[in-house]
Amino acid sequence: MTLKRWWGDAEPLAGKPSGAILAVGPSEWLAASNDAAAAGGQLVGLWVTPYPGSTPAAIVRAALLVDGGLLVLELPLSSTAQRYRGLQDIFPAASRMQRAAADLTGVRSDGADQRPWLRHTAWAPDAAPLTGILPTREAIPAVDSYEFVRVEGEGVHEIPVGPVHAGIIEPGHFRFSIVGEKVLRLEERLGYVHKGIERRFTELPILEGHRLAARVSGDSAVAYSWAYCQALEGLARTVVPPRAVWLRALCLELERIQNHLGDLGALGNDAGFAFGLSQFSRIKEELTRTIAAALGQRYLFDAIVPGGIAVDLSDEAAHSLAVRLGRTASLVRELRTIYDDHAGVRDRFSGAGIVSTDLARRLGLTGLAARASGIGIDLRVDSPWPPYHVITPKLCMRRDGDVAARVNVRFDEVDESCRFARALLSDLPAGPLRERVDVATAARPGVGLIEGWRGPVLIALETREAGRIHRCHAHDPSWQNWPVLEHAVIGNIVPDFPLINKSFNLTYSGHDL
Amino acid sequence: MLKTLRTIAGIGIVSEPAPPPDDALRRIEAIQSEILGVLGRALCIREIDAGSCNGCELEIHALNNPIYNIEGMGIRFVASPRHADLLLVTGPVSWHMATALRRTYEATPEPKLVVAVGDCGCNGGIFGTGYATAGPVSAIVPVDVAVPGCPPSPERLLQGILSAVAPLRAR
Repeated sequence: MTLKRWWGDAEPLAGKPSGAILAVGPSEWLAASNDAAAAGGQLVGLWVTPYPGSTPAAIVRAALLVDGGLLVLELPLSSTAQRYRGLQDIFPAASRMQRAAADLTGVRSDGADQRPWLRHTAWAPDAAPLTGILPTREAIPAVDSYEFVRVEGEGVHEIPVGPVHAGIIEPGHFRFSIVGEKVLRLEERLGYVHKGIERRFTELPILEGHRLAARVSGDSAVAYSWAYCQALEGLARTVVPPRAVWLRALCLELERIQNHLGDLGALGNDAGFAFGLSQFSRIKEELTRTIAAALGQRYLFDAIVPGGIAVDLSDEAAHSLAVRLGRTASLVRELRTIYDDHAGVRDRFSGAGIVSTDLARRLGLTGLAARASGIGIDLRVDSPWPPYHVITPKLCMRRDGDVAARVNVRFDEVDESCRFARALLSDLPAGPLRERVDVATAARPGVGLIEGWRGPVLIALETREAGRIHRCHAHDPSWQNWPVLEHAVIGNIVPDFPLINKSFNLTYSGHDL
Repeated sequence: MLKTLRTIAGIGIVSEPAPPPDDALRRIEAIQSEILGVLGRALCIREIDAGSCNGCELEIHALNNPIYNIEGMGIRFVASPRHADLLLVTGPVSWHMATALRRTYEATPEPKLVVAVGDCGCNGGIFGTGYATAGPVSAIVPVDVAVPGCPPSPERLLQGILSAVAPLRAR
């Protein structure tokens, strides 16, 4: 009932269909968030935009996914020194987002944890990269110390891991407190690959931002570039031609399949079954080559462009891609029976890194990992955007919340995405590939929200000067899921960490920005 | 188990010969024997992500698939810089990773080679240099070979690695 009131007062959002935006005061900020949480809503992202020299001086925004729609709350602040009420007690995932916002803009919440999050030593505590021009650094900054939570007691010791890991993996630091082999606590420290992406956006013309968006997290290039274009096209009121819309969805599904294939192989390998890695990496390579032959890129970094799509498909290429997808699905089904029959693999997968449905709900677990913990949310199904509003994939969900469940969701989704991508190919509309995009300035952000292979990817784009980006916020589902990983490993043995970690396969780059 | 073996036998060997073919291939074979001649064992690579978007990592992973089969050429990835002959570094180097990269470089025994990977590793790429990024890998550690591309294909990566090793013959 109460939630209806917020929807009623809100104005339509540019970009994401079934989205709305609402300016609120401090008490409504908490009330609306509480109402959304009570209705089973989730926090998708929280970010701050400073407006130097104008009123309000900054706006805190929270994007909430509730009732299958996206509700964006705007809390204006009269000064960047003013502390706003943090949402961490309602949505625990808000804590790190608020810390990151403080690092980048200087605007702080009243949350208890005020430690820096993305900032190590590259800039000073009082400098805000998104408001002032920071000097380009000349020398390597000193290494700082971070206040990890200490676990004390007889026999407890710490294992520090990273930032450089023993493999072809992104960098980050993990601090394990253990007794014997058992993990008592894991604390993550990220921010090592902070590249100043949000600052960099403001230096690019608005019609070129999709290229940077695609590189926020390379494994989700399609999801990010689509989210960026959805936000931009919302601001510009561009109608994307149907063929481009269909091809975008095809690219998104191909990205999902490529990543799932890579993960399924790596997960087999981490369970001591090297056969899985060679088989899945072979299937992935063959699919990747077919994609390159059909669309001209092995990974679809620069396929989605403002107003449409930069790649096209001949009938012949569409046919060979469809054949390859069919072949991929049948090969993966075969391998699935081998994984299922392998006692050693089953033993490693089952019961490792459990996240119960209840914990997942409370912590705001999202995307693929949430669907493995009994939370059946997939934006393609629950909050569709074109073309998913007319052609819909099947939702894949498991309840056990362990590594096996996350593996099974991947198996299910590869199968479903292969089927769905073929359905897209058989139903490909004819027509132009790109529409002209004329962006006017706007007082409010355009927001794009796309269900990438990992989960919902959000882009909030603001322009206040023709052709320029005032602020572009990129949000990865890993923000929600990294803290849950800390819980998933509690009570597990240290040697199972790589397997559990891989079963989430979260991004560092997309998180560190 | 039977199904596993049947799959292995049914698929057979999918590995392709190293790129590029003909004369270049002969050169690579020569380099392979040089690797053995100089090092007496496989060339060991330590990969370091010093700030990448993880796109380059996708293609570096592909080097290990059975089609590129880099291990079959006598090249393998190792877990410690202390075991490495060559560092394969992706960028742009973030300032927060600069010390870790420098320390990893220092931990690698001489003679060591560094291959910078991707447009970002070569020149900072789309991220450029700024308050958070030092830009190219060469801003932090000496680089022997730089492989452009966004991301570079596995063939280009392999060519980059082999180009870095080639001068070992002269030593």
